[in-house]
Amino acid sequence: MARIAGVDLPRNKRTEIALTYIYGIGRTTASKICNKLAVPAERRIQDLTEDEVTKLREEVEKTGLQIEGDLRRVEGLNVKRLIEINCFRGQRHRRGLPTRGQRTKTNARTRRGRKRLTVAGKKIAPK
Amino acid sequence: MSRSLKKGPFVHSSLAKRIEDMNRKGDKRVIKSWSRASMIIPDMIGHTIAVYNGRKHVPVYVTEQMIGHRLGEFASTRYFKGHAGGDKTAKRG
Repeated sequence: MARIAGVDLPRNKRTEIALTYIYGIGRTTASKICNKLAVPAERRIQDLTEDEVTKLREEVEKTGLQIEGDLRRVEGLNVKRLIEINCFRGQRHRRGLPTRGQRTKTNARTRRGRKRLTVAGKKIAPK
Repeated sequence: MSRSLKKGPFVHSSLAKRIEDMNRKGDKRVIKSWSRASMIIPDMIGHTIAVYNGRKHVPVYVTEQMIGHRLGEFASTRYFKGHAGGDKTAKRG
């Protein structure tokens, strides 16, 4: 059982991929970590030695990477700042719409949530 | 591509001049500006700048946190109060 930074890593995934289950670590950072520690990136988490897991944990938790709770908090503060100063991006955050000029006529589902079908209020055709 | 550091932040020359003048004299009056693209620089803190939104000048009180943003970000050019009958769908949730 490999538990790093308060996250359980999936044991049947390649190290390179499993590391990305930690918030704040993506593919690039994950493969860099593997390279640096000489842990084979393609080895599954369950096949890692205790030593390798310890090395990974130290690398992830102690090298000043912004991950998990810390990162979430920083992001939250940034958003809060934008909202407080009442700028355009803040207003978009407030409304839960995309902030970087994407179209909203269609798409933008990540920000706007799942599709709500709005046929409600439509006039019923007379018979 | 981002702007060259050599040039420094963009502030419309006339606006920069007026801010400088006012800082030297120590008075604070509302400055009307059409320059929405001007970046907010530390000199502007505490001033109120009326930024044009295409229709009228929107007063923006500049605070420290706004530094690095542009004036236009604080004066919306859109006027949208919601769609007609938008209330109904809101109630249905």
